[in-house]
Amino acid sequence: MNNQNVIEAENLTKIFGDFTAVNAISFEVKRGEIFGFLGANGAGKTTAMKMLIGILNPTSGKANVAGFDVFSDANNIKKNIGYMSQKFALYDDLTIKENITFFGGIYGLTRARIKEKANTLIIELGLQEVSNQLVGSLPLGWKQKLAFSVSLIHDPKIVFLDEPTGGVDPITRRQFWEMIYKAANKGTTVFVTTHYMDEAEYCDRVSIMVNGKIEALNTPKKLKEQYKVKTMNDVFLKLARG
Amino acid sequence: MKRFIGFVKKEFYHIFRDRRSLFILFGMPVVQILLFGFAITNEINNVDIAILDHSKDANTQEIINKISASKYFSINQLISNEKEIEAVFKKGKVKAVLTFEKDFSKNLIKENKATVQIIADATDPNTANTISNYVNAILQNYQQGLNKNTQISFQIVSQTRMVYNPELKSVFMFVPGVMTIILMLVSAMMTSISITREKELGTMEILLVSPLKPIQVIVGKVVPYIFLSVINATVIILLGLFVFNMPVQGSMFLLGLESVLFIITALALGILISTISATQQTAMMISLMGLMLPVILLSGFIFPISSMPMPLQIISNIIPAKWFIIIIKGIMLKGVGLQYLWKETLILFGMTLFFIALSVKKYKIRLE
Repeated sequence: MNNQNVIEAENLTKIFGDFTAVNAISFEVKRGEIFGFLGANGAGKTTAMKMLIGILNPTSGKANVAGFDVFSDANNIKKNIGYMSQKFALYDDLTIKENITFFGGIYGLTRARIKEKANTLIIELGLQEVSNQLVGSLPLGWKQKLAFSVSLIHDPKIVFLDEPTGGVDPITRRQFWEMIYKAANKGTTVFVTTHYMDEAEYCDRVSIMVNGKIEALNTPKKLKEQYKVKTMNDVFLKLARG
Repeated sequence: MKRFIGFVKKEFYHIFRDRRSLFILFGMPVVQILLFGFAITNEINNVDIAILDHSKDANTQEIINKISASKYFSINQLISNEKEIEAVFKKGKVKAVLTFEKDFSKNLIKENKATVQIIADATDPNTANTISNYVNAILQNYQQGLNKNTQISFQIVSQTRMVYNPELKSVFMFVPGVMTIILMLVSAMMTSISITREKELGTMEILLVSPLKPIQVIVGKVVPYIFLSVINATVIILLGLFVFNMPVQGSMFLLGLESVLFIITALALGILISTISATQQTAMMISLMGLMLPVILLSGFIFPISSMPMPLQIISNIIPAKWFIIIIKGIMLKGVGLQYLWKETLILFGMTLFFIALSVKKYKIRLE
């Protein structure tokens, strides 16, 4: 494995019955990179992601995440990645502090470390006033930001974000991406799926999946040049329509 | 282990912050046991019976007086020959006829043995059964009174079978039944709902991506319910003991162990349900239809299994609750120990292992 790469996939394939959800995809993601993983609904993004985070066994191919093999070392992968899904994923009936404590706990952080993390995290997000309130009472945008921070609580090498900004307003989306940049600057690799093409422009590199295959993979700038269009939106439409 | 404790703690937060589940957990047992105990009893009150007394002597008169003095029966009419029996039944008011044989007292003194026949209207088999039990109990009571003052043991023979419930209290039958229902409800339904809730909210995915092992997630979800179910079982037994004066004849320790075994059976069923349902509603429906109904109808809790048609009797064997009811009735009412209950215990144990194996298998398939 190249020292620079934190994710390497080679001919990664997943077949359900006679349906090939992911068809021999190969790509690498570099350390500290923001990697956009795009595709229409049903293109195979989620399946591919599930194989990379160790909750779905690939049918064939090879993949290495954070230095560990997805077939034999899924447990070590889990310790080194963070994950946040499109569905909001903190507990509504726990307070902000309790959520942080719980997730810190399942990642094996010590009590002192959790306390320290919780304090910085709450101050960073400006949640001091509400830290003992139930998460269910927070606006969606705040919840998403909190969920992202919690997914980073154990300082993972890679964080996987599955449509993290679904349903939030443009201002919050902007703030969310600022948080993503901040994490990437600290050296965390960000692997993100999205349906918003303006977000795709923020990524260092972007891959576009169509029918289980990666049809394009490059920086947003080069993709636009290659397809002779002005926006990522047009690139996507050109590819997805076939 | 520390991770695990954190997980269990979180689970308790969920339970204690959800009023609905709190009510099911702690309100339900009390409400049900009081409801079944006081309101919905199959006790009989002032049932009309007729008497056919061929003997008309001091003893039969005493028995008749005793019966009419009890609050369970009122003597509707005295008839004088067998032919009238059918007629009084046809009128519908009289539910049972008591026939004393000829020379009842004489037989009692000469042969120390006399016979009473109980003919009950079996259009309602439950009531008929109860009536015959109650009459039998009164006869026995009278017989004991006779024997107290003499060396000779007099015997009054009746033709109906004696069912175990010496103090004529139906609540004794309900306590084991309600306990079974509550344990099933709390353990199976609540766990299946709490696991599917994590699936529905998307947090299950987060947990599976975390370093927690799937087995830790499941056990962590189940542990609080074992704990709460044990508390529930204790509350029910205490209610039985102090509100209804129901004795526990056998070993409390054995009762506890058997209850834990049944709780684990129900939890395994709950996990199984959660693996096949995607939403909380589905889990609830499957729990209610698939578990509660059979427990109420086919376990022998309300309807005696022996009076069911053959196919239902066979089906009742696959219902864990049936075996648990036999076990706890045995321990509570008859005071028997494991030497009589090992078979039922073994069956329950086998079922538990089977359900656990099945849900582990299902769970793995789902992860694929």
